[in-house]
Amino acid sequence: MTTTEIQNSIIEEFNMFDEWLDKYEYIIELGGELSDYDDKDKTKSNLISGCQSRVWLNAEFVDNKVMFNADSDAIITKGIIALLIRIMNNRTPEEILETDLFFLEKIGLKENLSPTRANGLVSMIKQMKTYGLAYKALRDSKK
Amino acid sequence: MLDINKIRNDFPILNQKVYGKQLIYLDNGATTQKPNQVIDYVSEFYSTINSNIHRGVHSLSGKSTEEYENARLTIKDYINANSEKEIIFTKGTTEAINLVASSFGEEYINEGDEILVSQTEHHSNIVPWQMLCKRKKAILKVVPVNNNTEIVIEEFKKLLSNKTKLIAISQVSNAFGTIMPINNIIQKAHKVGAYVLVDGAQGVQHFKTDVQYLDCDFYTFSGHKIYAETGIGVLYGKEELLNKMPPYQGGGDMIKTVSFEKTEYADLPLKFEAGTSNYVGAASIAKAIDYINSIGLDNIYEYENDLVNYARKELTKIKGLKIIGSPTNNTSSISFLLNGIHHYDAGMILDKLGIAVRTGTHCAEPAMKRFDITGTIRASFSFYNTKQEVDELCKGILRVKKMFD
Repeated sequence: MTTTEIQNSIIEEFNMFDEWLDKYEYIIELGGELSDYDDKDKTKSNLISGCQSRVWLNAEFVDNKVMFNADSDAIITKGIIALLIRIMNNRTPEEILETDLFFLEKIGLKENLSPTRANGLVSMIKQMKTYGLAYKALRDSKK
Repeated sequence: MLDINKIRNDFPILNQKVYGKQLIYLDNGATTQKPNQVIDYVSEFYSTINSNIHRGVHSLSGKSTEEYENARLTIKDYINANSEKEIIFTKGTTEAINLVASSFGEEYINEGDEILVSQTEHHSNIVPWQMLCKRKKAILKVVPVNNNTEIVIEEFKKLLSNKTKLIAISQVSNAFGTIMPINNIIQKAHKVGAYVLVDGAQGVQHFKTDVQYLDCDFYTFSGHKIYAETGIGVLYGKEELLNKMPPYQGGGDMIKTVSFEKTEYADLPLKFEAGTSNYVGAASIAKAIDYINSIGLDNIYEYENDLVNYARKELTKIKGLKIIGSPTNNTSSISFLLNGIHHYDAGMILDKLGIAVRTGTHCAEPAMKRFDITGTIRASFSFYNTKQEVDELCKGILRVKKMFD
């Protein structure tokens, strides 16, 4: 599936909920299911700091695909991370750079992305794109 | 007794739903809502008398200036300053503190001098002093607080010496609602010849402040936290000190005569009010004070005290809820944590239940560090809040707990 297709299916999933709290119940569930993040990767260099919640992100480059791993100390942030990873993980640098993340607005969670929320998510998305750019440059330099 | 229904009707914003739920506004420490008496006045000001102050020869300018200068008198009376010359309008508490750090700092702080702040200060009462210390090679020292968020007076006494030039302390801690023993601190400071700045942003709206009785050298507060407009604040300073301090900014209004050879500065208070000030905002503070006076500050204090005590009592009943500090003297704000639940998560869910609280570090990172936490949930109250709203908060917290268990 393309990143657009995944985003569309996420939007469909969220359309099932009428109540705000149900949406958040679901996000909390997703946060709980996010695969374990190694404590040794909770380093300062992987930390994306916000004044509300903290986010850790690291990446690997395997067979022209970027593999992301991320965590947060807040479950709601973690739930949104799970959605971002579902879209952005295991993608080529080009796919990562080209992806326009429209789903958060469509499912009514854009407030989680406002820079003043300072929950680390805005910086996390920027960081994902930076990884895409860096791995692209690394790959091209080896050609 | 307050007529709470009448009061709530004065604040139109309270009567609304968010996410389909009745709004419960418990973020008064961040900003207070405005009564119709202030909102209507501002609208009336722009509709009928708006004109730049201190300049025009025309009728409107005169009226505008009169409102502005009358506001100064109202504020002077409200905090019992000796003279209206001691009331300087600023953009807010932050600018007022920066003004003192810049102008008082220039004149009075020298290399090796010491400035004391408390461990629970708001960033705006830390950073300007750090900048001043860097500029002047002075030393910033921190007065610790105990587990109840109270100043440790013994430690304060140890830090105080004839090197101490200034103590900058909040009247009430914004993060924890602790009422600081400023009376005691000011007396002790003056004995060693140190000056005291009191950040009154979280105190001035809750109980009677008498700057002459306190004998503080500077006192600051913000309009938006006392039911008035945003972007306006007040610096009180003793006339003698303000006279000796150089101006903060240069520009119009703060001068007597200007030539390229020499400029003569205006007298107090205009010396510190360069440029067109937020005169409507300034006048709105007077309207807010009129409103407070119509209810009675003592009545407000009594009502809020009872409400906050009730909230502390009810919150304590919730299993897994930990209030940070139980200071003997407290007002308005309660900071707490829920066992195993991140404050951000709790705040987001409370918001969906219509309950507005603040989460995070409350611009007091060193205070959070003191308690080894990354932030708290803070409920901060005003006299328009009710015990029913406290009950709803408690119900909301139980709901949050259920969602994250």
